[in-house]
This record gives sequence, C-alpha cells and structure tokens, in this order.
Amino acid sequence: MNDANRQRWLPWVVPVLIVAAWQLASSAGWLSTRVLPEPWAVVKAFWTLAASGEMGQHVATSTGRALSGFALGGGLALALGLLTGSLRWAETLLDSTLQMVRNVPPLALIPLVILWFGIDEAARLFLVSLGVFFPIYLNTFHGIRGVDKGLIEMARSYGLSGWALYRQVILPGALPQILVGVRFSLGFMWVILIVAETISAQAGIGYLTMNAREFLQTDVVLVGILLYAALGKLADLSAKGLERWWLRWHPGYQHAAAT
Amino acid sequence: MILSEYDAPTLLLRSWEDALPARPVPRVATPAKRGLALRLQGVAKAFGARQVLGDIDLQIEPGEFVAIVGRSGCGKSTLLRLVAGLETATAGSIALDGAAPAPQRGSVNEGVRIMFQDARLLPWKRVADNIALGLTGGDAPARSRGALAQVGLADRAHDWPAVLSGGQRQRVALARALVHAPRLLLLDEPLGALDALTRIEMQALIEALWREHGFTALLVTHDVGEAVALADRVILVEDGAIALDQRVNLPRPRSRGNPAFAAIEDRVLQRVLQHA
Repeated sequence: MNDANRQRWLPWVVPVLIVAAWQLASSAGWLSTRVLPEPWAVVKAFWTLAASGEMGQHVATSTGRALSGFALGGGLALALGLLTGSLRWAETLLDSTLQMVRNVPPLALIPLVILWFGIDEAARLFLVSLGVFFPIYLNTFHGIRGVDKGLIEMARSYGLSGWALYRQVILPGALPQILVGVRFSLGFMWVILIVAETISAQAGIGYLTMNAREFLQTDVVLVGILLYAALGKLADLSAKGLERWWLRWHPGYQHAAAT
Repeated sequence: MILSEYDAPTLLLRSWEDALPARPVPRVATPAKRGLALRLQGVAKAFGARQVLGDIDLQIEPGEFVAIVGRSGCGKSTLLRLVAGLETATAGSIALDGAAPAPQRGSVNEGVRIMFQDARLLPWKRVADNIALGLTGGDAPARSRGALAQVGLADRAHDWPAVLSGGQRQRVALARALVHAPRLLLLDEPLGALDALTRIEMQALIEALWREHGFTALLVTHDVGEAVALADRVILVEDGAIALDQRVNLPRPRSRGNPAFAAIEDRVLQRVLQHA
C-alpha cells in the first residue's frame, strides 16, 4: 500500500473502531438503549424517517428558518458594516452602540424574546438573525478598513473614484475578511437555531428530537443530532466553496494553479 | 487545459483583426505627444510641525529625464508626491505646462502617471485587467494587450499578479502607467526592491520606452549609479532643499565602465556622503 492510499484510509480507522465498539456494547447489553441506541437502530430510524417523508419536511423547515435568519441578519450586518466601514460619521454614530449590543449573548435574550414574539416563528427568526449579525458586521467593518491604502491611492491616481473605486478596489479588498465572517456566521446560525427550536416548535429538527425525547426514542434523538451535524458541515462546505471561487486570485486559497 | 485557455483570447484577437483589416491596432502612445514641462516655485511642505521640504525651485523641460537622489527621509519622495498631486504643498506653486494642477488632493492630472516602489497591482484582477484599470472605451483590452507586449509580458495577460515575480510585477505596473500615454511619468523608487540583474534590465526598458514615447520622467532613487545611468540631470535633495543639480551629458545607452560615467557618479556620491 502506498503512502497516498494510507493517507486516505488512516483517518477512518478510529471512527470505525468506535462505531464497532459501540455496536458490540449495545448488542452485548452493556449499554442501555435509554443511554444510547445501537448504531444499527439509528440507521433504521434514519431510514424510516427518510422514507416516510417526515425527515425531509423537518429538514426543510429548519433549513428555511436558518437561511431566512441568515439572510436577514447577514444582509443587515453587511449593509451596516459597509456603511460604518466606509463612512467615518456612520462609524461615530453607530459603532459604539453596536459594540455594546454585541456583548449581549443572543441566547441570554430568550426569555425577553419569548415575551416579545411569543413562541412564534418570529422569535426564532430574531434569534438567528441576531446570532449571525455580529460576525458578519465586525468582519465587514474591519475588511473595509483593512483595504490596502496604497492600492486605494494608486487607483485614485489612475482616475478611479466613487462607485468604480468601491467596486473595483474596496469591495474585492474587503472580501476575504467578509467571507471569514460569513463562515463564522454559518456555524453560529445552526447553534442558535438548535437552541431556538428546542424551546418550542411545531416542526423542524429540534421539534423532532424534543418529541422523540418525550417518548424515549434515543435513536430518533441521535438522528436529529446527526442531521444538525451534517447541515452544519454542509454550510461550512458551501462557505468554503464561495471562498474558493471568489478568492481564486488569492494565493492562500489557490488549490490548483490553473483557473 | 492551460494551453487552450491561453490560446483562446489570442485567437479571438487575431480573428477580430482579420475582420477589420482597415482599422489599425491602437498604439499604446503616440510618440508625437511631447512631454510635459514642470515648474516648481518656492515649494514647501510640512507635516504638522515637521518641515520636510523648504523652498524648492525646480524647472524641468519637456521630455527631460530627471533623477532625484538623496538619503532616506530627505524629502525626495514627498517632492514626487507633491508633483503627483497626492499631497498638497504648504507653500509655493507647482505648474504643469504652465498651469497649476487640480487643487483636489488625491486626484492626479490626466497626463501624469506614477509608478510606486511596490507595484500596487490589484491582486483580484488578472494582469490584463490591471493594466486596463481606469481605461474607458471599447479598445481598452487591445490597448492593455499592446502595453503588455511593450514590456515583454504579452503571454502573461491572463495570470493573477500573485504568480508573477517582483520584476514582472513592476513591468506590469510600468505597462499600466504607459497605457495612459502619460506626458509626465513619475517613478518613486520603482526598482528599489528588485535584484541587481532585474534592475539593470528594468533600467534599460524604462530608458528605451522613455526614448520611444518622449514623456518627461522624474525618477526618485537611492541608487546614484541608476540616476547617472538614466537621467539627463541628477538632483540631490538634502534636508528638504536642492543641494546639487548635476547635468549628465553622456551618450545613450550609457556604459557604467565609461570613465566619464564613473567620474559623475563619484562626484554625486561624494557630495551625498559629505553631508554625513
């Protein structure tokens, strides 16, 4: 077996061993199904939920919540970050207020949010939006501020100003930093949603798992956890994909020499 | 894969030229366009309480190549930035062709282009698009290609700046300046960061392009040898004032082995060191 091949299968050895030990412990009766179901039961539960269409529905609901919260909070964060990053007066006016709000953990607001919005969709939308807001806002602000002054001076001396300067120099210069914020936000988006969905929900992955807990269906609980993990990974991969495409000029993100 | 991507635009251009045989390929600059005259009178610059330049009088003829030398921090780069319009003078006047430049800071006269010590290429634009920066009109891609050919990098049009060497980046920066057909080219230690061999190559390229296009050139440099090799006049700036204005009447291209060359270089160098 050559080195490249070993590189490929070696990382899988430990996970496979863990799952094997788990299966062994469950079937030997050392591990109660109330603590952990056997892996095979999780696979079966996954299959049943997927086949009945129930899972698709819950995943669609959760994804819809996550993405609408991300769009709302992220869009607002991007707009405000661009504003405070680009205009001194906007920074003076807004930034210290935003920095104060930033210190409040979104999840600490849950009681207040329930009082404001009830246990409606609006509460979850608010929490997710708030959660994704600050990573994007801060990174956009610093991205804009961090654009190489020499490049801006050069572009001005070549006759660029206003929107042309913004579009051709300032925005692309800030983009790597903005995308860092997007990646952070996408991770945070799921964390907030998980908590928000466990409070009270009539649909979604959080509802699925909380409901299963009531009936001691540990296999379904595990399916829910794995679904969250998979969706989180998917969000991260898509952010990576964006970086790869938008930052293909950047030596740090170049995986292939020819583009 | 890479080959076909390189070929595609070239093929496109060829067929475009074939389709319009009557239309000449746009030139980078018309040699008929002469250089700009530059006149500084009583120019002074202070940053806060620190006086960087005081009472500079300087007259540069159209098409002249002038080098400014001096120790670090003597104010030579500030002088160039004042001429470029990147800074505003505290006192005095700077006239381009008899007219004062636009008073707005940061905006540079149409006929003036600058080359900085670092190439300052936009890393997110391919080489050809970097050169086309600020160009308008449908012929921008063709002009950009023409300028790139002039600096000998025609085959790198589709590369990202990140993959170029330091010397190649400065060549691209030079092409970017030339594509605007400047009447005054300001060079702010553009070769300072290059290795010795690349420097000599770049000096020859700058000289050749200056002779071809006839623009006025103002070069700021640390390197007295470089100044004597390229310039019609070498100006020494010391403590914010002009300490020496040395004419260099040697035939071009100049050979550094020439005793007259060595004598001028030595004289300027001695004068620089005398101040220490």
